[in-house]
Amino acid sequence: MKTILFILQKEFIQVLRNRTMLLLIILLPFIQLLILVNAATFDMKDIDVYVVDKDLSTTSRELVSKFEASPFYNLVNKSFNMEDGHDKLLRDQAELIVHIPSHFEHDLRNEHHAPVQLLIHAINGTAAGLIHAYSATIISGFNQQIAVEWSQGKLAKANQPLEVVYSYWYNPEMNYKIYMVPGILVILVTIISLFLTAMNIVREKEMGTIEQINVTPIRKYQFIVGKLLPFLVIALFELAFGLFLGRMIFDVPVVGNLGVLFGFTLVYLLVILGFGLFLSVISESQQQVMFVTFFFMLVFILMSGIFTPTESMPDWAKKVNVINPIAYLMKVIRMILLKGSGFMDILKEFYSLLIYAVLSLGLAVWRYRKTV
Amino acid sequence: MNRQSQYMITVKDMVKKFGQFTANDHLTFNVKRGEIFGFLGANGAGKTTAMRILCGLSSPTSGEIYVAGYNVYRETEKIKRSIGYMSQKFSLYEDLTVKENFRFYGGIYGLKRRKIRERTGYLLDKLNFSHAMNQKISDIPLGWKQKLAFSIAIMHEPRIVFLDEPTSGVDPITRRQFWEMIYETASQEVTVFVTTHYMDEAEYCSRVSIMDRGKIKALDTPANLKQTYRVANMNEVFVQIAR
Repeated sequence: MKTILFILQKEFIQVLRNRTMLLLIILLPFIQLLILVNAATFDMKDIDVYVVDKDLSTTSRELVSKFEASPFYNLVNKSFNMEDGHDKLLRDQAELIVHIPSHFEHDLRNEHHAPVQLLIHAINGTAAGLIHAYSATIISGFNQQIAVEWSQGKLAKANQPLEVVYSYWYNPEMNYKIYMVPGILVILVTIISLFLTAMNIVREKEMGTIEQINVTPIRKYQFIVGKLLPFLVIALFELAFGLFLGRMIFDVPVVGNLGVLFGFTLVYLLVILGFGLFLSVISESQQQVMFVTFFFMLVFILMSGIFTPTESMPDWAKKVNVINPIAYLMKVIRMILLKGSGFMDILKEFYSLLIYAVLSLGLAVWRYRKTV
Repeated sequence: MNRQSQYMITVKDMVKKFGQFTANDHLTFNVKRGEIFGFLGANGAGKTTAMRILCGLSSPTSGEIYVAGYNVYRETEKIKRSIGYMSQKFSLYEDLTVKENFRFYGGIYGLKRRKIRERTGYLLDKLNFSHAMNQKISDIPLGWKQKLAFSIAIMHEPRIVFLDEPTSGVDPITRRQFWEMIYETASQEVTVFVTTHYMDEAEYCSRVSIMDRGKIKALDTPANLKQTYRVANMNEVFVQIAR
């Protein structure tokens, strides 16, 4: 036990004395949260809309004003000219063309239906889907409004036999940032713990100090605990710090129990530290370990469900995610923070990660040898 | 084997193979208590391999080997407790101070904090280096680093100390001071096992063995070797054997 204290003391001195490292540990949460959360948002705001109103009637103007009044839209221009609209779309100056044909009001009054065309810039399919959904909501709202007005309330209900009422749970304002912050926290904690651990032991190999340690009577478990504990502490600190920033800056809710979150993260970190240790044991240089670590990080992060829900992934991807530790924490941190899930709700994930931790640490410890 | 025997290291038919390559080919030698045993040989002759086996860093392919009375196959941890080792590669932490390096290594050898302070003070006093206690290793010249590394290797008062080319790259004055430290250590009944490329240093050893291509070609006191080969100095002995 005393031996471990000496290692801990040394590791902390080294981390605290390394200015670059210290700066990174403090700045990384800020940068990741402020930049990534704001940049990687799917919230649609300021959709550039180009209106081609060939009718110029009271009704068509009323419809256009609905778009203008919405905070999601930004009117680029109005004209009768479809060509000009296409040109704007092509030049990326508009994302949506609302095309109202002539005789719009006339058709609507006399034939009780009239077409409106939406042309959507769809290079980004997800964004296009959202634009369509928003616009469709506006038009159907307008549709209902005029139906009520024109029939003085009689026809309205008959035309609308089923009414869909939305209620968004766990994130009532549909705030994408609140969804992103926990995801970014997972990435933060993972990067810090995985890279620091993997680099640390390889660095001792490169400097030759590992040999000096191997020639001492130090026990394997003492060395490993002494090496991993500092990074466990730093990673948990990062989580707390990031959570604090997320709360201050983005007002991220903390519905669930923080104790459960930190307990779960602790088990998660054991898996990641095991990985880091294993990679550093099998690598000979910092370059090598960086490359391998980066590769795994990238694959695991993109598959973890940070941007896209894992449920909508193909079956094979879901199977791959069984061995993706990041996917577990990604799911659980959102469950706890946003939904208020308790320990019982995450029991399955908890046990899975616990087994994973035993395997990953076991592998690393087995592969680490003092004697070559 | 009797732990009080006059030999600190006994090696019989030690073989180490890396695939097809035989790095150590049936080495047999003994090292006496308190002796300065010089382990010479050209680059790649197998010195470092043999030394790493004796330190428990590498396991032999075959052979009967005891270090400080302990079996190298089964009792490596006990061996590690009884030996000090200074590797060829520089082994102090550059970003820690002199004192912190002493404290860390003392700590992982299981010394108590008080003992660590005592030994650090004693060893730095002897080096006349107490004033630099709080300097970072990266700010200290190479010669001093080598002397500090040696002090750290003997900090836990081992019975045998292994030095792998301890003086390579340092100036003649520092080399001389380094050998004074080695003598001083040996005078306290500590056995010193040292590899070197400098033949003038071989003259300082109690006995030397000369390796060539994995085999020990000669083993005797420097005086006897010079007589056997009828030459004036160790340099010529070495050239005759390793040619």
